[in-house]
Amino acid sequence: MAKIQLNGKKILIKSNFSIQDLLNKYNLINKKIAIEHNGIIIPKINFKKKYLKNNDKIEIVHFIGGG
Amino acid sequence: MKKDIFKVAGKSLKSRLIVGTGKYKNFSETAKAIKASGADMVTVAVRRVNILDKKKPILTDYLNPKKIILLPNTAGCFNSEDALRTLRLAREMGGWKLVKLEVLGDKKTLYPNMIETINSTKVLVKEGFKVMVYCTDDPLLAKKLEDAGASAIMPLASPIGSGLGLQNKVNISLIIKQSKIPVIVDAGIGTASDATIAMELGCDGVLINSAIANSKKPILMAKAFKDAVVSGRNSFLAGRMKINYFASESSPTKGLI
Repeated sequence: MAKIQLNGKKILIKSNFSIQDLLNKYNLINKKIAIEHNGIIIPKINFKKKYLKNNDKIEIVHFIGGG
Repeated sequence: MKKDIFKVAGKSLKSRLIVGTGKYKNFSETAKAIKASGADMVTVAVRRVNILDKKKPILTDYLNPKKIILLPNTAGCFNSEDALRTLRLAREMGGWKLVKLEVLGDKKTLYPNMIETINSTKVLVKEGFKVMVYCTDDPLLAKKLEDAGASAIMPLASPIGSGLGLQNKVNISLIIKQSKIPVIVDAGIGTASDATIAMELGCDGVLINSAIANSKKPILMAKAFKDAVVSGRNSFLAGRMKINYFASESSPTKGLI
């Protein structure tokens, strides 16, 4: 298990969990989202190869209503 | 007559009305209001996904980016760093290079911090972004933004969400006269006639959110703004009559009995 911070909340994930796995867990595959991993933007093509480790900080953002 | 096309950042728009997508009751109302407004460009904000609510619909389920241009903004950013971070994420989301920059300086008035705004514009332009910039109605600063490579200048009519309407027509007119890039009045418009006045001054477009979303019937108000912008534009193109201080008869005096 690993403890990560996702959008400001601490969550537990399995070991060898990729960003792609995380998106699957939250039903976010094929949604218009962008991801920051420890402050660095991760391009979509790297979602599968980017594995998460203890204390990682992940931000998942999307578009909401705004003026 | 030559066709009057609104070009901004290389895109040709049918409507000179750009609308925001905030403050609506729900996404269905948002989508209906956008349709009624006839806008082909809408602004959107970038925020964290709510991870606790997996099933809840999201805005992009209701807006088709193939049919409507989404213009990501940096609303809520009070420094250059946050604004740049937000827009880089927005670009990653789907190739959005056309963005609306706003770097706020004061929580009470939501006035833009123009020093940070100009600096951020320079960085974004260097990174290949096309930047439409929310700014004060100061002609000198508007010129500095144009020189920094902005794609459009978006001076405020009055504070964001205030509904106070166009408070400084003279400054907006000065900005219009000096600018070679589109001038879009953003923020503070209260009702449809305010948009007409802005368009009559010669603005290239207006951006409206609260005046539609906070009206009693947003979908009807969206339609009102659509017509108001068209009216104002036509009036500007037609050119108003000269103002006289004395009366002038509309009916001929010849043949008077």
